[in-house]
Amino acid sequence: MTIVEPIEHCRSPCAEYSDRVTLSGSPSELAIEARGVVKTFGRTTALAGLDLVVEPGEVHGFLGPNGAGKTTMLRILLGLVRIDAGTVLVRGGDPWRDTTAIHSRLAYVPGDVSLWPNLSGGEVIDLLSRLQGGHDAVRRDRYLELFDLDPTKKCRTYSRGNRQKIALISALATDADLYLLDEPTAGLDPLKEAAFRACVSELRDEGRTILLSSHILSEAEALSDRVTIIRDGRVVESGTLDQLRHLTRTSVTAEVAAVPPGLGQIDGVHDLIVEDHRISAQVEPRGLDALMEALSESGIRSLISQPPTLEELFLRHYGATTPPIG
Amino acid sequence: MLESLDGTSTLLRLAMRRDRWLLPAWSLGLAAMAGFSASATANLYPDLTGRVEAAEAVNATPSLVALYGRIYDPTSLGSLALIKLTAFGAAMVAVLMVVITVRHTRAEEAANRLELLGAGVVGRDAPLAAALSLTIGASVILGILTAIALIGAGLPAAGSVAFGLGWAGAGIVFAAVAAVAAQVTTGSRAAVGLGVVGVGVAYLLRAAGDTPDSGPTLLTWLSPIGWTQQVRPYAGDRFAILVFPVLFAVSMMAIAFALRARRDLGAGLLADRPGPAHGGIGTSWGLALRLNGGVLAAWAGGIVFFGVLVGSLTSSVSDMLDSPAMQDFFIALGGERAMVDAFLAAELTILGSIVAAYGISAAGHLHAEESAGHAEMILATSTSRWRWATSHLAFALGGVALLMLLAGLAVGVGHALDVGDSSKMGELVLASLARVPAAWVLTALVMAVFGWAPRLTGLVWGVFAALVVLVELGALWELPQWLVDVSPFVHSPKLPGVADVLVPLTALTVVAVLLAAIGYVGLRRRDLPA
Repeated sequence: MTIVEPIEHCRSPCAEYSDRVTLSGSPSELAIEARGVVKTFGRTTALAGLDLVVEPGEVHGFLGPNGAGKTTMLRILLGLVRIDAGTVLVRGGDPWRDTTAIHSRLAYVPGDVSLWPNLSGGEVIDLLSRLQGGHDAVRRDRYLELFDLDPTKKCRTYSRGNRQKIALISALATDADLYLLDEPTAGLDPLKEAAFRACVSELRDEGRTILLSSHILSEAEALSDRVTIIRDGRVVESGTLDQLRHLTRTSVTAEVAAVPPGLGQIDGVHDLIVEDHRISAQVEPRGLDALMEALSESGIRSLISQPPTLEELFLRHYGATTPPIG
Repeated sequence: MLESLDGTSTLLRLAMRRDRWLLPAWSLGLAAMAGFSASATANLYPDLTGRVEAAEAVNATPSLVALYGRIYDPTSLGSLALIKLTAFGAAMVAVLMVVITVRHTRAEEAANRLELLGAGVVGRDAPLAAALSLTIGASVILGILTAIALIGAGLPAAGSVAFGLGWAGAGIVFAAVAAVAAQVTTGSRAAVGLGVVGVGVAYLLRAAGDTPDSGPTLLTWLSPIGWTQQVRPYAGDRFAILVFPVLFAVSMMAIAFALRARRDLGAGLLADRPGPAHGGIGTSWGLALRLNGGVLAAWAGGIVFFGVLVGSLTSSVSDMLDSPAMQDFFIALGGERAMVDAFLAAELTILGSIVAAYGISAAGHLHAEESAGHAEMILATSTSRWRWATSHLAFALGGVALLMLLAGLAVGVGHALDVGDSSKMGELVLASLARVPAAWVLTALVMAVFGWAPRLTGLVWGVFAALVVLVELGALWELPQWLVDVSPFVHSPKLPGVADVLVPLTALTVVAVLLAAIGYVGLRRRDLPA
């Protein structure tokens, strides 16, 4: 398997990353490299030129609202769905042609977990990990305990959260290089969600690659090294969380001795609210300097500044009222 | 109105919306089938003598009596015209109503959709009541349509109504049987299976009851399909017999509602027992065996039962030869041995068609696994599409062969017990296995359709029904031979007896292989789930 040359029609974010891999002289190929992926179902366009680059060893958040095309993209990466245009390489191979070779070191949690109603949970976990070729009884039992699952029940009697656990345990207990997780915490209680996060961190520490599709932003924020945000089958943002935060506003709340005049006129300050000695505002990076200067001149008593959450990123990209980012 | 029935009318409208094509298509199809048969027979036998001769020939041929029943008035055109359709058509109506009843009860429950509906103002008994209202209404409408078609074909009105109501009675009885089956099992396939087994048993009971010369015996009267025949349309029009199906259906429905009241939503009669904590299944083959093994075992049991029963009817065939005039008649036809062979060959052909239904159902599991989302989980592992599809298809093809082997053995055993001579055993096993390639063609057709248009996989059942009808009624309807030849069942060698074996079996096998290959090509190319 070889490193794939950057393709001419490649768009900005991915070119940057593939350059970096090549420049840094990393011997490992990209875990996932998809460029200009188009997929239509009849008259519906599911993916309209999607780019997705996942580097080896990273946890990559794949974010988007319902129906954005996340599951379709994962199915393409698995070789279940064929693309209409573009290129897709998973661990250097074409998932449509080299399906089983790629799957040999890959684990998957589907977005909609449906199990055989008359098989027990334990049977399904063992079946899936054996079919994967990485059955590991020690890992399996550890994860069973961690997620607190009774494997002797028939699948038809499991709740949604328990079905999700079965898919998770099957995937986590598999010794794989690449994990494709489609909304993996759907239906889990907060305790098990925390357990899942610990598992993902552990996998990352072991140098494994994880593509985490989600619309749960705090999850992606807590786990991801980089994120790709898609909407309507297109990438709207891609990069590290730090890079993306540049695009958005810091929330600033301060108490001052006397409110200075003209705060509202500072370039990049939005939603300014003044109550007695207390002010709050949403500030673009270019307005931060001027605002801090003005505030410090008037005597800061307390100051809280919060980085933007992915919620805010999402609201800006997907909210109906906010303008699109240029 | 009972509180537990709240929402029934809403659910009934939902069910009618879902079945707006399925039910009218099948009802019109079955009614048209009856009408065509009636007018074709009228053309074929314009005068009374011809009709009486034909009717007496049928009554004198045990294999035909076992298959279709007796003609109770040889002078009646309607009796002769509908001999093939009375019991056989009633069985088709019955299977249709089983499928539809389960589709709106246990299938909905197993898919957790009833839970969604149950959260609204829907009484506990409403889903069952709505499903039964649909199937009872559909049975009656189907009966009326059939009566209209028959009157339109020129048959007497009273007999036509009797015939239509006879079919309706069978539909209602088996809708009620399916309602009980849907309470007992937890899976919809098992419920349909149980209902269809009920239809099969009813058909067999009447076959066993009709065949003795003294028939109909008690066995006929134990069979709901026997009741349909004993209404004797165009040969007495005994409307009073319809009390049997009505009473039976009412009591089955009472049982179904009582069982429903005793269990929780989603549960069967028996609570789910815990399963193993560690699984022994490690391959897609193992999974196919685990998922389909129970169904195959149930089929094997049914086929063995049917086979032994059919085999043991052979001495009643010989009994027919008591009168000297009949002996002369049969010697002219090829003698007693030829008569017995013809009877066994006809029964094995029926078994072959029934086993083809197993093949269609087992291969259809591919589609079920895909639409349930299970295939996605398997194909995300190192299992290739080829391997996954082959595990199910091979199970279906192998199951067909195994069932026909058992069928041959069972008919052989029944025959040996009956005549005290087991020398025919080997011949019967080979004769039975000669029906395998035709059933394989249907099984492979499922694969071909599944490979390219998985949503149309269910249409193979329609094709199957059409092919069976083609064989049964093609000659009567004077269909062109090339059309009848479309059916693979026509080409199975009519063993035991004298028949060309090598060419048809090779040709059928080649067609099956080609159809499967077409399916594989399509499956390799398409999205999954489609």
